[in-house]
Amino acid sequence: MSSAIDPITLSVIQAGLQQVCDEMDLSFSRAAFSPVIAEANDRSDGIYSAMDGSLIAQGAGGLPVFVGTMQYSTKTLIEMIEVGSVLPPEPDDIYIVNDPYLGGTHLMDVRFARPFYRNGAIFCWLSNTGHWPDTGGSVPGGFSASATAVEQEGLRLPPVKLFKKGNLDTEIYAIICSNIRVADQRIGDVKAQAAALMVGEDRLNELLDRYGDETVRDAIAELRTRASAQMRSCISAIPDGDYTSTAWVDSDGVVNEPLAIKLKITKAEDELNFDFAGSSPPCLGPMNSVLATTLSSVYLAMRHIFPEVPISAGAFEPLKVIRPEGTFLDAHYPRPVSGCAAEVSQRIAEAVFAALVEALPRRVTAAPAGTSGNFALGGNDPDRNRDFVMYQLSGGGYGGNADHDGLSNGCSTIGISKAPPVEIMEQAFPVLYHRYALREGSGGAGEHRGGFGLEYELELRRGNAQASFVMDHGRFGPQGARGGVDGAVNEVTVFQNGEPYTPEHLSKEQDIPLQAGDRVRVKTPGGGGYGKPFDRPAEAVLRDVMLERYTPQQAMALFGVAIDETTMEIDAIGTQKLRGAGVGS
Amino acid sequence: MVIDSPDQVVGVDVGGTFTDLVLIDQGSREVKLAKVPSTLDNQAFGVLNALEETNADLSAVSLIIHGTTTTTNAVLERKLSKTGLITTRGFRDILELGRRTRPQAYGMKGEFTPIIPRNLRIEVSERMDSSGNILIPLDETEVSKAAKHLLEEGCESVVIHFLHPYANSVHELRAAEIVRGIWPNDHITMGHALLSESREFERGVTAAVNASVQPLLDRYVKRLTDELATNGYTGEVLVMNGNGGMVSSQLVATEAAKTVMSGPASGVMAAAYTGRKTGIENLITYDMGGTSTDVALIRNAQPSVSNEIEIEYAMPIHVPMVDVRTVGAGGGSIARVNVVGLLEVGPESAGANPGPICYGRGGTDPTISDANLLLKRLDPGKMKSVEGGTSLEDVANIFAEKLGDPLGLDAVEAAAAVIRVANTKMAGAIRMVSISLGADPRDFSLFAFGGAGPLHAVALARELGIPQILVPCRPGITNALGCVVADLRQDFVNAINRPVENVDMENVHSIFARQMADGADALNRQNVELRKIKYTYSVDMQFVGQTHLLRVSLDTPTPDRETLRKLFEQAYFKRFRVELAEIKANLVNINTSVIGEREELDLSSLIDPIGRKTQLADAQTGSRQVYFDKGWQDTPIYWRDHLPFEFTMEGPAIIEQMDTTILVEPGDRARADTDGNILITVGGPT
Repeated sequence: MSSAIDPITLSVIQAGLQQVCDEMDLSFSRAAFSPVIAEANDRSDGIYSAMDGSLIAQGAGGLPVFVGTMQYSTKTLIEMIEVGSVLPPEPDDIYIVNDPYLGGTHLMDVRFARPFYRNGAIFCWLSNTGHWPDTGGSVPGGFSASATAVEQEGLRLPPVKLFKKGNLDTEIYAIICSNIRVADQRIGDVKAQAAALMVGEDRLNELLDRYGDETVRDAIAELRTRASAQMRSCISAIPDGDYTSTAWVDSDGVVNEPLAIKLKITKAEDELNFDFAGSSPPCLGPMNSVLATTLSSVYLAMRHIFPEVPISAGAFEPLKVIRPEGTFLDAHYPRPVSGCAAEVSQRIAEAVFAALVEALPRRVTAAPAGTSGNFALGGNDPDRNRDFVMYQLSGGGYGGNADHDGLSNGCSTIGISKAPPVEIMEQAFPVLYHRYALREGSGGAGEHRGGFGLEYELELRRGNAQASFVMDHGRFGPQGARGGVDGAVNEVTVFQNGEPYTPEHLSKEQDIPLQAGDRVRVKTPGGGGYGKPFDRPAEAVLRDVMLERYTPQQAMALFGVAIDETTMEIDAIGTQKLRGAGVGS
Repeated sequence: MVIDSPDQVVGVDVGGTFTDLVLIDQGSREVKLAKVPSTLDNQAFGVLNALEETNADLSAVSLIIHGTTTTTNAVLERKLSKTGLITTRGFRDILELGRRTRPQAYGMKGEFTPIIPRNLRIEVSERMDSSGNILIPLDETEVSKAAKHLLEEGCESVVIHFLHPYANSVHELRAAEIVRGIWPNDHITMGHALLSESREFERGVTAAVNASVQPLLDRYVKRLTDELATNGYTGEVLVMNGNGGMVSSQLVATEAAKTVMSGPASGVMAAAYTGRKTGIENLITYDMGGTSTDVALIRNAQPSVSNEIEIEYAMPIHVPMVDVRTVGAGGGSIARVNVVGLLEVGPESAGANPGPICYGRGGTDPTISDANLLLKRLDPGKMKSVEGGTSLEDVANIFAEKLGDPLGLDAVEAAAAVIRVANTKMAGAIRMVSISLGADPRDFSLFAFGGAGPLHAVALARELGIPQILVPCRPGITNALGCVVADLRQDFVNAINRPVENVDMENVHSIFARQMADGADALNRQNVELRKIKYTYSVDMQFVGQTHLLRVSLDTPTPDRETLRKLFEQAYFKRFRVELAEIKANLVNINTSVIGEREELDLSSLIDPIGRKTQLADAQTGSRQVYFDKGWQDTPIYWRDHLPFEFTMEGPAIIEQMDTTILVEPGDRARADTDGNILITVGGPT
């Protein structure tokens, strides 16, 4: 049937569907109240199949971690409607759900789904996800470092109709508001999230009116087939065989043992099989991942590798992930999951990168910093007589790659949001930054070195507060590739009365008490190096030393380059000696 | 200050390829035009060449208004003056760290080079808190040591950038004073001088850009004014700023960063002026060139201005500038069939070298320009195949082989497909620009200029639901015209940031009054004759708790509280379809733009009246078969300069002129207005 569509109409409809989603993204961010949505774009909007919820198109500006989750969320909703455990849809209804085990991530990611009707029948679903700043639970903001059950993490909503025939159900809404912090502003976000779906409905109706329902339906099917073919053609560049890697999560925040992600990717025909067998079992603390997030992490890693393939269920078809049952990558109720979207997801992506970098050396980078760097400070500001919760998310170095050194202080693998300015933080919260600097020496050595992490140190100016950290890569640095060295590990130090304290779990701990004058210092990871450090041109090493990114001693030890410190010139003979001897390679 | 007629006014714009000039004699109404190659090493030569080409008598010229890409090119190519930074201890890496971003959402790659290298960024002891309290006093010895060190390193300019100077600028001022005692020139930029707002990265980059282009602009302007003086010019030289206003050549280098987007701004100013004169005040400007397309929005004859423009990845310049967005395709955008048989156009471009196949410079990738040629929308008789000897058949063969075969189309059908896909993508990008500025494209007319704009305009307008297109007399020299007609302009922003219900409305009124008075003063100090001073008022509002702002226009500088609330709620509902009775409105900024409108220039002579025919038929130079959606159609070809003052024509038609080709598709109707513009009414879908 679908082969009847000419390829030009197909391209035009593809652009049209993308446009519908991009407009939903834009509308949601612009109308939203929470900075996490309005500024950080921690949200995503898309169009999903009426049959099984599979992804038809998704906004290009959505947060990467949502690339694969919403189709599972929508699918689960459709199934629950079919078996009668959720009320059947009517026009202008909107369902709300945040249950992580029903195709989600963590509780803060709240999904809305709206049936889209044409001529009395559901043509497709419009869905979106927005990260709410709070959904209740033991920690403001929901990022617990030491929860042991999902109930401690916040309010869990099964799919229910928040809007019935276009009207907000004020009873359900009242229950939600009684269970979350700063509830008075949520109505703005709720309406923004709902209105984005209405914008999508208008635009999609225009597209269907113009090209005809049947043509668009056929185009959707054909685009799915072609996206699948495009991903297959990308995969065919990989030689047949098995590719393995291991990536490590420092600990789960409760038990101080590393968690292993063991990955075996098998390339056969034009498909990739992802097998996580041998990974650690479900953990006690909140570093579990639910299945939808695990799958999404694989997809987003592949999209980082092949960004030219449009986001669609077809693109995921050749990526076969064996359900990692019995591991912490397939958590079931009531396992806590607040670390899955921000941390575990990035380590899954690192495993994918590490496995494929040898097979796709021009495409894949060494490991990026791979942590969201979540530091929360909650307390009372006596001068303003009010409570506050401050978040400092921070970037780190990216991995070196075939073409370049890694970028310094880049956003997390799963995010695209900007960090807040120091001046804004100091205006809003009783803190003073003493330092916000490039972390010298942190980029993993390599022919193309890793990017540098960030080093910041701040002081609580008044009152008392509690510091919480949910980060990772404190025990193991981001992996180097092809002979490159790992990037520097994450370091968190709390100075209480001037005494340094390092959390037992290195970069994870909840509610560390601070009083005025106490300080927090965070050094974020550098990216992994790519290629052998001795293959790095000596001039590039010298330049980094001139720019005080590495010391002359590091140039010698890491890169085998001798530098005369009085003239600041390369000592060619010394360098030849070092490199010839093979030290550090 | 009144300048007597019959003086001449010159607008000259130096672009990447050509230097364009418009000379208007206000007495005789004579207009002279020139287009000469740009001389990028010293743009002054190109300017003089252009003047020479018009045989201008410089002693008869009273005013030269100049748009320059000196600073734009310097930033984009990083050919900057060596610049040092003196900054707060602990924060020298702000310029390098940015806001933790990456260039693209997908693909963990990218490169970023800060404009001041790390070894030229020096920290000194000092610290202000966010309320402006001094926590650590300024170490003056360290400042002078730092300045001397930077001088030894060969720095020509210097930035002083501390934390929180918007709250208390005393440390920046004192440090600048110390440096001034040491520094051999006045290329010293303080962070708070251009932008007294929080956000240390954006403010720091703005200051660093300013400092590192300042010596270049300073030298260039001196060279230009010297050369002009040598040739007998005694008048004033004004330079275009990115906000679409002009500033005296003596002052321009102080705030050099403001000129970085001056080229695109002048094109938009010309559009606003042309629209205002012909009574079309809401326009989307569409400037399609060889490699890219610039889009901007004009409401009520005023271009949208933004303080938050990022000129490339992680390079924000936060001074008010006309909000020109660059979108997707240009004439050189390359078309290809991807691995799964879908046609894609761009983002890769053949650029100017090798350029499209039809340039005959060795290009072998099908481009948008080549497609227009195959469809005979461009005249194949004028192919630029001077160098390589490329023929239309060569182009057709490449289209057939690279696009036609995999798509199952012949060369011409493939070319039509390229145009269709490119237009869909461009229309989508224009729609996103429009919507992100809170405007529905259907409420606007399309102002088409640039070499390729008028060729695609009707198709885009149809796609976007835009009813009408305005093609100015000289689409290819619009930027130079923008220089000639630009107004003087001052923008003022004062932050309030309080819920509307708690705002002291008298204070609001007095802020508006002060902004008006300051603006009028500033305009009157410039040596330019003004027809009138116009004030536009707006407020930026949001609901309490939001971060994005919505701009609400006011028709009075003395609004009452209820009006503010109501206007905002209406604007918000129109934009987002959301009513939020539950949440209070916040008044964030009070804005006044003070615009000095210059004497209107008579532009009817932009096309020489003598050449005009009385009958439309006499302007026809021939006809050819041109390909449209329904196949080949016999299409009359007209020469723009010969068109009668009044006419109406039905599409299909092609109007050619020296600097562009205008396509009127079947079902569309074109007519002339009294200023010589062409208005095209878009028919139904083809």
